[in-house]
Amino acid sequence: MTETKRTSGERVLPVAVVIGSLLLWWGLAAAHVFPESLFPDPLAVGKGVVEEVITGRLFNDLVASLFRVTAGFLLAVVLGIPLGLVLGSYGRARAALLPAVNFFRNLSPLAWIPFAILWFGIGDSPAVFLIFMASFFPIVLATVAAVATIPMVYFRVAHDYGLTGGEMLMRVTLPAIAPQVITVLRVTAGLAWVVVVAAEMIAGRDGLGFAIWDARNGLRIDLLVSGMIVIGLIGVVIDRLLFRLTRIPSVRWGYER
Amino acid sequence: MNDKLLCLDDISHSFGGVEVIRRFSLDIEPGEFVAIVGPSGCGKTTILNILSGFVRPASGRVGCEGRARMVYQHDGLFPWLTVAENIALGLRHIGDPAERDRQAADLLELIRLRGFEGHYPHQLSGGMRQRVELARALAGDTDILLMDEPFSALDYLTRLRMRRELALMLEERPRTVVLVTHDIEEAAQLADRVIVLSDRPARIRCELRLDLARPRDLTHPEVVDGIHRLLFELGLEEDRSDVRGDVFVDA
Repeated sequence: MTETKRTSGERVLPVAVVIGSLLLWWGLAAAHVFPESLFPDPLAVGKGVVEEVITGRLFNDLVASLFRVTAGFLLAVVLGIPLGLVLGSYGRARAALLPAVNFFRNLSPLAWIPFAILWFGIGDSPAVFLIFMASFFPIVLATVAAVATIPMVYFRVAHDYGLTGGEMLMRVTLPAIAPQVITVLRVTAGLAWVVVVAAEMIAGRDGLGFAIWDARNGLRIDLLVSGMIVIGLIGVVIDRLLFRLTRIPSVRWGYER
Repeated sequence: MNDKLLCLDDISHSFGGVEVIRRFSLDIEPGEFVAIVGPSGCGKTTILNILSGFVRPASGRVGCEGRARMVYQHDGLFPWLTVAENIALGLRHIGDPAERDRQAADLLELIRLRGFEGHYPHQLSGGMRQRVELARALAGDTDILLMDEPFSALDYLTRLRMRRELALMLEERPRTVVLVTHDIEEAAQLADRVIVLSDRPARIRCELRLDLARPRDLTHPEVVDGIHRLLFELGLEEDRSDVRGDVFVDA
């Protein structure tokens, strides 16, 4: 209903901007405006990507990063939504725990990096832990807010029509909070993707974050830039995938009125 | 025990120290259409909530011999369910799926929304949404329909249309109805008995009976007369009972 037809100009313009930027980049590099060691040219970066693909390193790093994000994020979803439901439904629990949740929500997840390494060493676990810390608290808070703002009339209708207990949860509470929860999932998945790069730079031996850190240490700025491009593109893909959740017919109401 | 379907006996209730209802009694016969009107904030909705069992009164006795369903002012439909799924909520007690589908189809026919079963509430107009609410409430074999200003969020013409449709639906599926409204016209056009409440705490100020088949024209002389008498009771019009004949002739 709100879907608007994109005009041909709207399709062409973003492509034109990308091509224009690449040309400008190539022009600056070819003219040696900046020293070559600090400003790679696009062709070298392209070759870097191809090299990483052929050696299989890009794929390995990608899988490592995606695994960590998925594990940490799913853990946060599986624990965060139920806790949000409880806090949203019980005023006492909310009064007791919400200040603490708010504190951790406002504490940068990167501040946990030292403890992540002390507790979990190097590898998957510290990254998963950091992603969990980044996603869990926003998910809890958004779920609490969504539950607390469910219009009373829905529960009355549910009662009138004999929905109780588990049915009330599955057929009223969860569908009623779904649009808001999906929105916070999109936001926190983006956050998780940001955090995994930082976590791998410091506490990783592989992954896309480690790859760009390694490229810097090896003074391979072509690989550094190719890593950055891949990280950015995957971030966009993750958001597009989660955006599809907002297209589910039974949650459209949350975005259209 | 008695033939009263719904009864409130000597009900009193207050919210946070404010007395909303004082020693209120009301009996409703099976099949009766009762409208409750009164100034805003006088406790109309509280009376309805007490009848539905949602609010337990501080004192007094509530009797209800039947299954009641409420129709809300707006947003009573679940926005995450389609029209068909919302209506199906009202048919949950029917075990046989084929029978359920048949009844759902009947109800869609009744509210003239065939072809909209797959639509979601936000894709419908306000009037269509209220029709779906009515269908859901009329589904199955309940006895009592409690309506809390069901048409007040609609525009004037839609409201007139909905009154007519409600009357026709009730002809096909008779129910005992309690309608809470601030719309005097609506009360006079629909109810067998209009109960006028006083300011808080709510007491019955007077009752008006209208023995007239539904649907009624808004301009039917008895409806017009009913509106006048209700407005007079609420202190909004002068008494003109002595000149009534002249008024109708001259106007």
